[in-house]
Amino acid sequence: MTSVKRILTSLSILPALLLSSAVQAQEAAPESAEEDVVGTLSNDTVVAIPAFATNAEAATQTSAGSTTALGNALAAIVADDLRNNGFYKPTGPAGLPRPALAEIQTPAYGTWEGRSAEMLVQGYVRANGDGQLTVGCYLYDISLKQRLAQAGWTVGPGEWRRAAHKCADMVYSRLSGENPFFDSRIAYIAETGPKDRRMKRLAIMDSDGANHTYLTTGQTIALTPRYSPDYKSILYLSYFNGAPRIYIIDPASRAQRLLFQSKNPLFAPRWSPDGKWVLYSMATGGNTDIYKIPAAGGTPTRLTDSPGIDIGGSFSPDGKRIVFESDRSGSQQVYVMNVDGTGQNRISFFGGRAATPEWSPRGDQIAFTHIAGNFRIAVMSPAGGELRHLTDSWQDEAPTWAPNGRIIQFFRTARGSGRTGLWQVDLTGRNERKLTTPVDGSDPSWGPIQP
Amino acid sequence: MGTDSTLNALTPGGADTKLNKKEIAMPVQTRGGALALTLLGSVALSACASKAPKQLPPDPGAAVSTDTSGGAGMGVATPGSQADFVATMMGQDTILFDTDRYNIDSTDQTALAAQAAWLIKYPAKRATIEGHADERGTREYNLALGERRANSARNYLLSLGVDAARLGTVSYGKERPVALGSDEDSWSRNRRAVTVTID
Repeated sequence: MTSVKRILTSLSILPALLLSSAVQAQEAAPESAEEDVVGTLSNDTVVAIPAFATNAEAATQTSAGSTTALGNALAAIVADDLRNNGFYKPTGPAGLPRPALAEIQTPAYGTWEGRSAEMLVQGYVRANGDGQLTVGCYLYDISLKQRLAQAGWTVGPGEWRRAAHKCADMVYSRLSGENPFFDSRIAYIAETGPKDRRMKRLAIMDSDGANHTYLTTGQTIALTPRYSPDYKSILYLSYFNGAPRIYIIDPASRAQRLLFQSKNPLFAPRWSPDGKWVLYSMATGGNTDIYKIPAAGGTPTRLTDSPGIDIGGSFSPDGKRIVFESDRSGSQQVYVMNVDGTGQNRISFFGGRAATPEWSPRGDQIAFTHIAGNFRIAVMSPAGGELRHLTDSWQDEAPTWAPNGRIIQFFRTARGSGRTGLWQVDLTGRNERKLTTPVDGSDPSWGPIQP
Repeated sequence: MGTDSTLNALTPGGADTKLNKKEIAMPVQTRGGALALTLLGSVALSACASKAPKQLPPDPGAAVSTDTSGGAGMGVATPGSQADFVATMMGQDTILFDTDRYNIDSTDQTALAAQAAWLIKYPAKRATIEGHADERGTREYNLALGERRANSARNYLLSLGVDAARLGTVSYGKERPVALGSDEDSWSRNRRAVTVTID
């Protein structure tokens, strides 16, 4: 995958537009209130997102069509990103006038005031001679008549959607004060078939469900994928050769290899934040413990030695600690240890069971599955306090964090049918929605923001 | 292994050797000898101990009936085959567990003794013990729990004199339920270890 090139130098058609960066503007934004995902801005803020302008109607190699069609599609993706994740009230591009190229820098504020919009996102797309596309994105405060942020990117025709996600990220970051997350990908398990013979395939997609690809055939059971921090590899569990082992697959070439040869079953692979280490669990004589091994190969280090099941480790973002689950107390509970295995302390004391802990990329919270009757997604502090339930359904499990630590995805299983689906919820617990996938889905793994 | 890129082969569970095991309604074969008959008698008496009885309502819906493990019910199975094992065990190829537990109780001991007798009678046979969990656990924990259950069964078989080299284990966690409901009856039947001999 080629990266999206951020434009930092001047552009030939709009030389004045790209002098400041969205990052600088974001730093000036006020800090958001705790737990308030929209910062100081009301979530009812109407954001107008008209179709992006173009300098010239031209054919492109994208799936969206010509530059004119592409401009419409880009605006639609920006609006969908915000709308589907519960941020603000985006309108457009349908039903809004399309600005001319000259208006991109100098919006017709009066027009937008008349439409009760408070914020305005405008952009343009230009087809370059080499097949590449240049996309510019601008955020304006209509009442202040002020530009709040701007950025531009050059993308290949196969990655045009990423420019829209980058634009949505710029808008969201500037308005919320939070870090971006739209330009990211998800690995998960696609499920089909009857309950007793479910086919489970490894699949990947963009954060909005686009560019969906199956990576395995379903001939063997695939489970529990984890995207590497650089998106170049996915760890997952496969029953290839009949027994559960951990594989590393390259999503581009689909070449894969065993993490290492083992006579024992291996479960629950996890990356360290720097991608250099892999945590996994191995059962020996029925006893499961957590180990770590260099991702490139080497000697495993055993981190736990309790007679119970120790499984499902997750690194803190600084890489110094690991949160994991153990039933050494008699039931599944969440523990924290140092990265060398020392200092193992239980942190969950909520009644019921606590499982599948995942450390937030911000470091401030741990998401987990709280099992007390039903299975609910919950968060707590790394010290085990401040329990908050985010979902309330029959069976929600396996949380995975958005790259900015503000949204959690998980999978929900229906009672009876056993059908599964990918869901997400924000940290208020109020914005919950089902993700659209071609078939049922489980075990989501949300990768980091793309460079 | 090579790359897994053939997207047209969509056989579910191709490498998953566990096939659906149905209750075998077949006359008792006496080839198991006096020991097996005695054990079968005792399990009938103890089957309703602390755990869910084997006699439960019929499976909801028709479980996929691709049982190639035997052709049991269609004549006499070849002695020493998996079909023969299934027919001889009469359900005792499976032992059940309480929630989150993996201990071997007296009912399990009886079933495993029957399995051991058959395995000792056919010393060339190898077997895999498949461990399973019910759906009311998280996925990864259930994989480890199924492995722990399979090992409990294996260890008991070893204590009865079956050669360790003949017995493997594999856990399917909650991925391969045999009872399809979301109720206590189904969950009690899915918390199981199933011995499958390798033909």
